[in-house]
Amino acid sequence: MSDLPFRLLPRIGPENEHFWTGGAAGELRLLQCPACETWVHPPQPICPACLGEPLVARATSGRATLHTYTVNHHPWIPGFDPPYIIAIVTLNEDPRVRLTTNLVHCEEADLRIGMPLAVCFEEREDGIFLPLFEPDTN
Amino acid sequence: MASPEQSVVVSGIGQSAVGRPVDRDPMALTADACLAAIEDAGLTRSEIDGLATYPGGALGSASPGFAAGGIVEIQDMLRLELDWWNGTAETAGQLGSVITAVAAIAAGFAKHVLCFRTVWEASAQGKGGRRGIGTGGGGGGIPRAGGEMQWRLPFGAASAACWIAMMAQRHFHEYGTTREQLAWIALNARKNAALNPAAIYRDPMSLDDYLGARMISTPFCLYDCDVPVDGSTAFVLSHVDTARDLRRPPLRIEAIGSALRGRPSWDQFDDLTTMALRDAAKMMWERTDLKPSDVDVAECYDGFSFIALAWLEALGFCKPGEGGPFIEGGERIGLGGEIPLNTHGGQLSAGRLHGYGFFHEACVQLWGEGGERQVPGDPAVAIAAAGGGPLGGCLLLARS
Repeated sequence: MSDLPFRLLPRIGPENEHFWTGGAAGELRLLQCPACETWVHPPQPICPACLGEPLVARATSGRATLHTYTVNHHPWIPGFDPPYIIAIVTLNEDPRVRLTTNLVHCEEADLRIGMPLAVCFEEREDGIFLPLFEPDTN
Repeated sequence: MASPEQSVVVSGIGQSAVGRPVDRDPMALTADACLAAIEDAGLTRSEIDGLATYPGGALGSASPGFAAGGIVEIQDMLRLELDWWNGTAETAGQLGSVITAVAAIAAGFAKHVLCFRTVWEASAQGKGGRRGIGTGGGGGGIPRAGGEMQWRLPFGAASAACWIAMMAQRHFHEYGTTREQLAWIALNARKNAALNPAAIYRDPMSLDDYLGARMISTPFCLYDCDVPVDGSTAFVLSHVDTARDLRRPPLRIEAIGSALRGRPSWDQFDDLTTMALRDAAKMMWERTDLKPSDVDVAECYDGFSFIALAWLEALGFCKPGEGGPFIEGGERIGLGGEIPLNTHGGQLSAGRLHGYGFFHEACVQLWGEGGERQVPGDPAVAIAAAGGGPLGGCLLLARS
């Protein structure tokens, strides 16, 4: 992990642990309503569609579509050096569910809005696995 | 049928010195603006019975220079005797604080509400350049991101520059908007700022200057981002029944827009190309018989250039997606154009007074006091619109 850039990491609690640690099992996990199967993100205690509870953490396919992106050139965070690609991706299970993330293993010239993406994980301290995305070649 | 907000008028405006920086205590800047607004209205401190601000004390201390004083500090400093007061960031953008004041007056809770917004980001950020939100600083351990920031900070998306840039990029993708078109928000602002002695950046800017500027977060370059300043802006809003006591011809609040209808989120909002501005603007037009074609001047938030373009679309000055061709060349949005935009120079060139500057300039124009930058033809209807991303609020002002 020592080769990795500095990142500001999330504060882990019972409500978000599934999301930030699922990468240990190679899984992008989100909350889902068992009753109506609505995917819910960011986490909340009840289903916004049918108001059912509790929601359960389930593995997604980890596949997503590029919704929009920016190549950031400004050094906002000391130790996390630009340039880097920030993206909003939509989950293939439900395009209304989006994640802000970084795109890796690709260059600005490769980017096309609508391109298929697959999750990959960056392991950090304290069991945190950041879900990043790369072009889906399968 | 008259909407309740039409019983409320703008009675006075005030602004402190604005600069990068201003060598004066930020609380004193607040006093300068507030006392100027009260005097402008023809009132005295003892007649002010309401006080409103954005973002209020709590958030104001969370980011360097983001505010100076909440409700209680200003009430105490000016020894006001209040019946109603409110200071919060959880409202329809920066001007949501003004909209709540309108509501309080229309409801009869107060007769004269003083609204203020103070920033001292130029002094607070010094020469270190712009920082991200929540990225800490100072000693101690490295903070962990909680709340909604946890979904963006770990990925280096530390500034609204990055979040709004992605909204602009989506607009570029869906509608073919280009940097050469977006540039005209910045170029128009600079052209107007040249005519405003109080503006920060007044030197001419060309399209080549814009396209050659340092990139911040694509497609935004330096000139798509507003300029942090020190300064304070204040207004007095009054009940129309008090108009005979006022110094100025009052400006009627014709309609307000404060809707929040999508998911209130920087990444989950259903249409990132419109942001929450879409619903705030729609609500405003539902509350008046006036139409976009009746508007003589538009003062629209440009914390990032793309937000002003999105406001032009949301407010109906052009169709959704057509903002790029609409502003290209700058003629339509120039001082003599069909809808003069950001006549003082906006936050891009006149300084980041954070929403309140637009409302101030709308009043200046309706009172015909714009000097060299005055919109010709005796403008009678103006819009002040502020906010971006998941926050937005707007007010339609008309000379009574």
